[in-house]
Order: sequence, then C-alpha cells, then structure tokens
Amino acid sequence: MQDKDTGNRLGFTFWISIVWIVLVVFSALTASWWTIPEPDKMDWDNLSVRPGTVTDNAIFQNKTGKETSPYTYWLGTDTMGRDQVSRIVYGSRISLSVGLLAPMIGLLIGGLLGCLAGFYRGPLESTIVAAMDIILAFPGLVLLLAVTFYLGASLKNLIFSLGFLTIPVFCRVARAKTLALSGLEFVQAARLTGAGNMAIMLREIIPNVIVSVAIYGLLVVAFMIMAEGALSFLGLGIPSPTPSWGGMIAEGKEVLDESPHVSMIPAAIMFMTVISFNLIGDSLRSYFERGKHQI
Amino acid sequence: MMICSDTQPILEVNDLRALLPTRRGMVNAVDNISLRLHPGRTLGIVGESGCGKSMLARAIMGLLPARSIVPSESIVNFKGHSLISMKKARLRKIIGREIAMIFQDPMTSLNPVMKVGQQIAEVICFHLKVSRKNAHKRAVELLDLVGIPMAEQRANQYPHQLSGGLRQRVAIAIALACEPKLLIADEPTTALDVTVQAAILDLLAALQEEKQMAMILITHDLGVVAGRTDETAVMYAGKIVEQADTKELFHQMRMPYTHALMMAIPRLANRPHTKLQTINGQPPDMVDLPPGCRFASRCWKAQPLCIENEPSLKRINGQGHKIACWYPLESI
Amino acid sequence: MQILVQKTVRCALVILAVSALTFLMINLLPGDTAYIVGGEEATPADIEAIRKSLGLDQNIVVRYLTWLKNAASGDLGESYLTHEPVLSTIIARLPVTLELLIISQCMALILALPFGIVGAYRSNSMVDRLVNGIGFATLSIPSFVMALLTIYLFSIKLRWLPATGYVSLSANIGANLKSFVLPGLSIAMIEWVVLMRVLRSDMITTLGQDYILMAKAKGLPPWRVLLQHALRPSSFTLITVLGIQIGRHLGEAVIVETIFALPGIGRLLIDSIYARDYHMVQGCVLLITIGYVIINSVVDLLYTALDPRIRTEGGHAG
Repeated sequence: MQDKDTGNRLGFTFWISIVWIVLVVFSALTASWWTIPEPDKMDWDNLSVRPGTVTDNAIFQNKTGKETSPYTYWLGTDTMGRDQVSRIVYGSRISLSVGLLAPMIGLLIGGLLGCLAGFYRGPLESTIVAAMDIILAFPGLVLLLAVTFYLGASLKNLIFSLGFLTIPVFCRVARAKTLALSGLEFVQAARLTGAGNMAIMLREIIPNVIVSVAIYGLLVVAFMIMAEGALSFLGLGIPSPTPSWGGMIAEGKEVLDESPHVSMIPAAIMFMTVISFNLIGDSLRSYFERGKHQI
Repeated sequence: MMICSDTQPILEVNDLRALLPTRRGMVNAVDNISLRLHPGRTLGIVGESGCGKSMLARAIMGLLPARSIVPSESIVNFKGHSLISMKKARLRKIIGREIAMIFQDPMTSLNPVMKVGQQIAEVICFHLKVSRKNAHKRAVELLDLVGIPMAEQRANQYPHQLSGGLRQRVAIAIALACEPKLLIADEPTTALDVTVQAAILDLLAALQEEKQMAMILITHDLGVVAGRTDETAVMYAGKIVEQADTKELFHQMRMPYTHALMMAIPRLANRPHTKLQTINGQPPDMVDLPPGCRFASRCWKAQPLCIENEPSLKRINGQGHKIACWYPLESI
Repeated sequence: MQILVQKTVRCALVILAVSALTFLMINLLPGDTAYIVGGEEATPADIEAIRKSLGLDQNIVVRYLTWLKNAASGDLGESYLTHEPVLSTIIARLPVTLELLIISQCMALILALPFGIVGAYRSNSMVDRLVNGIGFATLSIPSFVMALLTIYLFSIKLRWLPATGYVSLSANIGANLKSFVLPGLSIAMIEWVVLMRVLRSDMITTLGQDYILMAKAKGLPPWRVLLQHALRPSSFTLITVLGIQIGRHLGEAVIVETIFALPGIGRLLIDSIYARDYHMVQGCVLLITIGYVIINSVVDLLYTALDPRIRTEGGHAG
C-alpha cells in the first residue's frame, strides 16, 4: 500500500473505516437501550435460524411483563436460539474494551520506556532493551495462555496480560522515533537555550513521538481484537455466558455445515472492525509521512 | 587502426531519439543522434556526466529503462538489420553475443553473490549451447586471456574478493565470451585507479586488434580517446556537437565546447600549482531546454543568434568533420 | 567462529532467563498455586497433597534450583493426569507440530514467491495492486477464522478433504499428508502476505541494480534474470522473516492443532490447561519457549552463512 502515489490523502477507505468504527462503538455504548432480546435469552423454537427469520414471541430486554411482539432476527440466531444482533452488540463491548485498553497500557509504559531509552542512552538504554528482548523471547500466545491459566480469565486479567505483551513493541517504536528526533536541530536548539533534559523531553520530544506511536497503536488495536477473539474461541477468554465474538464463532463451529451464519456473521463483523483499524492506521501513517524523509 | 570506408558499416544509427520517463515528465535524453561504425574501427564518444552518452549505448542495445519511448523514425541497424523493430526474443540472441557491453563500475555491474567464473560461463552456455563443463573451461581461458593470473582459482571466487582492476577484466572477459563483432565500453576506466586505467585501455585495444571488433569507447575524458580511437563524437545535452576523425579533431577543434574540454585536461607539462581549468556553469535542465544552442549559456563566444536558434550538425570540410555551431573556432 | 561462540552464549543466557521467568511466573503470582491446580472442588486434604507433591512448602530459591537441576537432567515432572513423564510426552508430540510447521511454511512460500517476484517485476501494475490489496485484507483475518473458512470451503462445500482426523506418518503417508493440507493451508493463507511483501520490496531494490542491467545485456531472458540473478540477493530478508515466522508459528499451531484435532504440542498445551495439569503446562511453556529462542538464534546464524560477502570476509582474505 505504501507504493501508491495517491496514498497520501485520507481517502474513501479511511472515512468508511471511521464510519464503521463509530458505528461499532456507538452500538456498544447504547446496547442497553435497544429494543432487542437479552443476549443470553434462548428461543427454543428458533435454534440456528437464518438471518431474516421473523418470530412472534420474542421477549425484549427492556420490557417487563409478558408482552411479546413480532421481531425479525436480522442476523439469525445461534445454536441456543440467542439473537445474534444482541450478542454481537454486547460482544463488541468485550472486543473494544480489550482492543482499546490493552494497547493503552503498552503505549504508556512501553512508550515511556522507549523515550527514556532513546533519550538518555547508555546503561539505561541497554537495560531496557535487554528486558524487552527477554519479553519478546516468549512466544506471545503461549505466554497469554500461561497467564490465563495461572491467574484465571477475567476481563481485567486479559487486558493486563495482553497489554503487557504489547510493551516491547511500543518501546521499540518509541525508542526508534526518539533516537531519530534527538539528532534533529530543534532539540539542539532547545539545549542551547539552556533547557534541562526533562524539559526538552516533555516539550520537544514527547509530542512528536506520541503521534508516531499512537498511529502504530491503531495497528496494535486491530491485532488485540484478533488476539482476544482467538482466546475466546479457545474458551480461554472471557467465560460464557458473557457473549464475545470469538466465543460466538466457536459455538458456530458445530453447525458450520448447516448454518454457517452462526460463525460467519460474527467473523465478518470482527473482520470489518479489524480491517477498519488497520486501514485507519495505514492511511494515517502514509498521510503523516508524506514529504518527510523516509530512510 | 585501419580505414576501410568501402565496406558496409556494422552499426548504423540515424536520427536516434530516446525519451525517458522522469518525475517531471518525459526527457529527450538522446536527441537526434546519427553515427556510422565500420568493422574493426573504434568510435569515441566524449561528454560530461548526464549528457546522454550512457543512454545512447543502452538505446542501441535496447536496454532503456521501463516506459521509455523510441520514436519509430529512429533507426539503429546492426549488420543491416533493424534492432529497434526486432522482436525482443530475437534481439536477446544478438546482445551478449554479437554486441556486448562493459559497464562503468565493475563492483556494481557484477552479481555479488555469483562466482566470477559462472558469470562468464553463463553467457557461453546460453548463446553457444555448450555444456557446463566446457563453458567453465572456456571461462578460465578467457580469464587468462584478459590477463588475470591464477585464472583457475579466480574463477571460483566472488567479485568482492578481486581488486577493481581485476573485476573490470572479468567484465571484459564476459563481454568477449562469445566473440562479439561490436563492443560498447561505457566509461570502462572511470571507476578505477589511474595506474590501472592505462592497463585496461591497452588490454581493450589489444583484444580489439586481435578479434577485429568494432568498438565504441564512451568516456568523459578527452585524453582517453586521443590515440585510441579512429573517430570521435562529442556529445552535449543529448546531442552530438562535433564529430570527426580523431586526429583531425585534435588538430582542428572547432566547437568551443570541445576546446573547453581539451583545456580542462591537466597537463604534465604545466607548472606546478597551475589552476585547473573548469567550464563555468551547469548543463541545461533537460526537462526545460533553452530554445537555442544548449551550450550557449556557458560559451564565451555566444551571440544572440546562438541563444535564439539551435544550430544543426553540418559538415565543414571534405574529411567528414561535422560541427553544430554558429560561430566555430577559426580553423588552424 | 568467534561469532558462533558469542551467539551460542547469548542464546544460552536467554534460555536461562526464560526458564527462570517461567518458573517464577507460577510461583510468585498471587493466588495459591495449589488451589489453582486443585480447582474449586478440591478438599483441604487434596490441597495439602497437591502442595506436598509440588514441593510448595519449601523455600523458593531451593525450589528453583531443584527444578533447574531436574530440568537439566530431563526430569520435568509427571503429568498429573496420566502420570507419564512430561518430557517424553512432549517429545512424542513434537513430530506432528514440526510436520505442520514444514508443510505450512512451504505452502506459504509457494504462494509468496510468485506473487512477490511478479509484484516486483511489474510493480504498481493492476495485478500488483490487486495482490497487495488482497494481502492487506488477509492480514485482518485471524487464523482461527481462516481455519473455519478453509474447512467450510474445502471440507463442507467441495468435499475434497476431511476436516479433522489425523493419520500418523507410519500408518499411511498419503492419508497423513492429506490430514495436514487444511491445517497447513489455514496458516499459509495468512503467512504468505508478510513473506510476499518482504520479497517484493527487496526485489524491487535489487532490480534497480547495475548487475541486473548487465544480466539483461547478456541477452538472458526475463525469467532467467529474475530467478537466477535477482532472486538470491533479494532473499536475505525473506529468509530472516521466514525464520521469525517459524518462531511465531508455535503460537499459531496452538489454535490450528486444536481446531483440526492434530496431536501436537500446541494442542497438548491447551488440553493441559483445560485439565489443569500443572506440570504439563509448565513443561510445555518452557519447551516451546526454548524452541522459539533456539530457532531465532539459528536463523540469525543462517543469515550469516547465506551471504557470501559476510562469510568470506569473516574467514580467509581474498
């Protein structure tokens, strides 16, 4: 994608991705107010039905009492008759929480360590780099599984352990950017005016590094959503009955031959969300790097 | 060096133009070049960097960069056959075999991860359909021929294990592998030490004599063509500005640019600390060419006519001396 | 030779660090390990028994050293379930994971090579852009979804291959290979993109070099120039990346082996986690991690061996 000459403006793919993400976030936030069944409400008459099936006796989450009314399962139901729309929308809460919060941990800690390493150099840098190398020496998924085994799977643990794994990556990006910036003129100029190291760091370096690291962070978000999906798929993520996209895909595996929609619809939603973050990150990266010297 | 003007020319170039794609548009890197080369003769092409001499060589061989355009009026005939209109597959049978090229920097023109002997043998295998073993034998013979000691051992080495001079000898061996009729040497000594340059040029001259090849010697140094070429063409900004038999050229330099080139050569006879003569100014921007003579902005003899009208290449005497200048230097 | 020694030492140090961390991970984490292993239904007597068997009543340094000593002599404890030695179980499962690794990486290369070469030769053409676009999208598909897609397409719709069912190599080679096709494809269909990009990028650089022009000037046809002259100098980064991918493969293998029911190390790890088989989990994590470190070090060395410039410069003079 970097070879395209026209890839320097924020084009159609960028904006469509933004729209999708906004949609997903919006639905995650407002899910409680929608007129949809509860995500774990089972409809025994409508197991694994196709998208578009209409039912007469759905019970909605916001209505008390025994009022029933017709409802269209726009995305069908899963193997236990649960509405896929509802499950996807609630599942997005998990995916987004993990996807957005875990990289933040990595960004804050890893980014800071990277800046320090790149700015101060010397033994501090060597120690940080060595520590990062050791973390990187572990194959990620295996570490994740080990942690969930020992600590148990909960949203908090998942976010922390995934976040921990992203620290070396952010550290590397931040360090590279800091090293590149430290040699530039405006930093030398700041030193000449007598600014202390800390001040230079805060005023000059960090604002510039943040942009690079944040854009990279979007790609990490995409990866985190996939990682959370993988864990939930294996049954080692958030325990059911909380819906998660990975868990939904796993459940649909049983009926892949007759009702592929049970797996494929959440898979498609996950795909669109992941690719949106990737496209946004990629577009922003081309946009900000146009004109700047690329080494 | 023999003069055989009654035999057919081995290479005939007429109105050759080459348009190269650049970021700012198409550029006429080779502009209306015409040459004739007879078997066994040497043509020198002299010019500054960027004047289009390398592109001229590549245009003759059909090796221009992607998306380049050669207009259909251009003619490049080798042994009577048009190289430009030839099918690619047929052209590939000719280059490397009947026409060969030596590039400027042997460090970059030899494949760094391939043994030297193999790079020679591959041409032999491909064009002459010889077995691998025989091709390797021949490759070692060639290395010997170009003056590389311990040829057998050297054949198994990689380019980076050889010195610059040896590498260029390897390049010559590759070029000579199939006994070509025409050899194009693009600045063969520019990347080499001065002490090695003469040896390489002597080697080329000796081989040419032995194999009766026609040769085009491309260089930016007038000193190189003196005494080593039969005919010389001086190029500037894509065009030939002076063309004559070499002896005649050195005797009667008519174009101011050629004269300036000549003056720029440092002489042993000069007193110590003599200031090096350079030509003021820069070659013109090829995307945005001036309407008149392209050398006008740097020429001390320029007149208003030079700036407005471009002079064409015209004969000035019966011996085939041509120049493109409104106010040539006085004949001696 | 000096480099070899240096890198081996570094490799050993990393392995030591990794083993220490793996050990600490369990023993310094909050929560009583014995309860974790025992699960929610364990009685106090069970917990006590577990505690004794895991040696949790001793000092941590002592425990680490004991464990290290045992591990070095090949004793990684026993599986809580099967009472078989951990090490031999893991080793027995190793060939399956290796076979999956080899088959999937070969498939990824088969996809990556032509697209990378053509993409470089005809860069920015329609085909190239299409391939790059598809590649980009593919990287947004997680491996478990890709696995399900391959099952759906080849197993369910086309009925070409079975979805699960592993046949060992010694029983029947044909059926054995068949059982690896879909799993290999699931991994390869994602991994090829990174390999393709790296190859394409390096090749674009290589194709701009003088020696490629020289090769063309020899009259060699394009395919020959590409394959015999351009490919080898462009493959260094490719091989390094391939090595790194192999390391990452160990993580992917977990998912794919589970979905396709292949008896490899990855699936062993998952099953052990489900079964709360403490020693087995620890043994798996340790060995997988060590394997990962060793592979990365070997790739590093291999890189040196492949580039003759580095090789001969380090050795004898020209």
